[in-house]
Amino acid sequence: MSIFESIKISIQMLLKNKMQSFLTMLGIIIGVMAVVIVMSVGASSQEFILNEVKTIGTDLIGVLPGNSKGAPSSAMGIVNTSLKYEDGEKILNQNNSNIDTLAMYVQGNTKIIAGENDLNISFSGSTENYMIIQKVEIAEGRFYTKEEEKNYSRVVVLGSKVAKDLFGDQSPIGEKVKIKDLSFKVIGVFKEKGSSLTQDQDNSIVVPIKTAQKLLLGIDYINLMRIKVVDESLIDETKEDIRSVLRESHNIDNEDEEDFTINATATALESIEAITNAMTLFLVAVSAISLIVGGFGIMNIMLATVEERISEIGLRKALGAKESQIISQFLIETIVITFLSGLIGIILGIFVSFIIYEVIILLGTNWFFIIPFWSVIFAAFVSIGIGLIFGIAPARKASKLDPIEALRYE
Amino acid sequence: MLIKVNNLEKQFSNGEVVTKVLHGVSFNIEKGEFVSIMGPSGSGKSTLMHILGFLDKLSSGEYLFEGEDVSKLTPDELAEKRGKKVGFIFQSFNLLSTLTVLENVTLPLIYSNVKEKDREKIGKDLLERVGLSHRLDYNPNKLSGGEKQRVAIARALVNNPEVIFADEPTGNLDSKSGFQVMKILQDLNEKGNTIILVTHERITAEYAKRIINIKDGLIISDEKVVNRQIAKDNNELLK
Repeated sequence: MSIFESIKISIQMLLKNKMQSFLTMLGIIIGVMAVVIVMSVGASSQEFILNEVKTIGTDLIGVLPGNSKGAPSSAMGIVNTSLKYEDGEKILNQNNSNIDTLAMYVQGNTKIIAGENDLNISFSGSTENYMIIQKVEIAEGRFYTKEEEKNYSRVVVLGSKVAKDLFGDQSPIGEKVKIKDLSFKVIGVFKEKGSSLTQDQDNSIVVPIKTAQKLLLGIDYINLMRIKVVDESLIDETKEDIRSVLRESHNIDNEDEEDFTINATATALESIEAITNAMTLFLVAVSAISLIVGGFGIMNIMLATVEERISEIGLRKALGAKESQIISQFLIETIVITFLSGLIGIILGIFVSFIIYEVIILLGTNWFFIIPFWSVIFAAFVSIGIGLIFGIAPARKASKLDPIEALRYE
Repeated sequence: MLIKVNNLEKQFSNGEVVTKVLHGVSFNIEKGEFVSIMGPSGSGKSTLMHILGFLDKLSSGEYLFEGEDVSKLTPDELAEKRGKKVGFIFQSFNLLSTLTVLENVTLPLIYSNVKEKDREKIGKDLLERVGLSHRLDYNPNKLSGGEKQRVAIARALVNNPEVIFADEPTGNLDSKSGFQVMKILQDLNEKGNTIILVTHERITAEYAKRIINIKDGLIISDEKVVNRQIAKDNNELLK
């Protein structure tokens, strides 16, 4: 008996009892659907997060105050003051050919007033190379110069949303705004960038770093330093260069005493990928449980089917069917059922993932529609595998039936 | 010699209770014979037929089919013998309602690996011989009892078997259909087929040429039929 013959017989059986077939298949359909959805949403969210990180740039090295080993100092309410403006200067003065440019940052929140309007926003104090590192552009006016940075100039560059909220459609260039009771001159407006996971450029302002340190925050340290390397491949090498400069500057001999932390977005990317992969794997494992439950459902139904078809099995044996032929008939029947269920599950899973994608896009997030190819292959093979595993017991039971007993059974 | 049975015994054990059904029977059947195995219910005649038809195993004694010791055959060899050497006609027809008439007839050919095209041709020829070529694609449930039994006969013949076993083939039929079935069996025998008919009625048994009479698991007589019933002469058929 050929495989096609067996498949034909099993499809005939399925069609004969549509409702029962459907209920039998439901467990596998739902299980496969869940696996496909989880894998799709997992891959999509991974892509989303990685994309967010990549917008910051993978050729950047960040330097933070404090040692990364042990609890972060900020978590314990301690402000780390170990990183200074001079540290950045020293790194730049090395004239390291790997380093493209460097920006330093201080951050804070403040109220900004322009005439009748006021806003609560976050602000950055930064150096002249801010725009290169942050990948922002000026829409109107200009950014401040090195001179203005060093001379504590009270100039400010506004995010596009801040400009709009404070000045409406009017040009804010040359206008005065009040920050912490001090008057600042607006010299530029950034182009709209859109929000990302890490910051909302459009809703913030930038002032020269020394101005921010002295006039707005009253501090002498910096919160963050970002260094852009010439090429991503130079990151590890450059990190070590920076480390030795900072150690020398801070008089530190060994790693445990380091009062700064150097990291790179490229390595962060790897760990994010690892974390999201683990998350997806975990969710797949959870949804796979429903597949196993579905498998037992199929086995139960197939055992009942054997019971219902005892006289058919007996007749087939009386007409010359070998045990192996009965086994393969029932096994193929089970596999056909689970495979069809898998197929329906895959289609429904893709469909639901697409709806999820549409809804998230509608809610305004840059989501992705990804169906990992191997998730479809995986789901198809798992459903066939379930048919094989859970079909064996009913098929063996059928093949072992005594032909006369089976023929007598009415 | 087609069938040689020597001191054949059969017992069923159901836990501790052992029931002896056949107490040692011996007979020979030649190719081309038409033999009735006759006896009341419980006599062991059906069990005997099951053993002869490779459906059941003997407990002791000897059964040679075409000179081959059947008790030495493996399950697969037995299945092959069932498929190719014998054909069964059952009292309750045993047709599969999920298949068409033609598919029912050709079902044994699937198990002996005959190609689909050849199967169809063989099936159609046989259904024509039993006068059912207009019912090929019917569901068996839609046929009358007599038609069902003729489908079963066609199925029994499909592998060109050495022996046809008919177990009370007229038991569920009205008398006219019964005569038709007996006529087909007698025609087949005329053409050289060996037929073994199992029945509890003497009148049905007398369509055969020889009657083996069984009672309580023993042969009480084995003799030629003197006044043989001839189905084609029956008036009922002419109506």
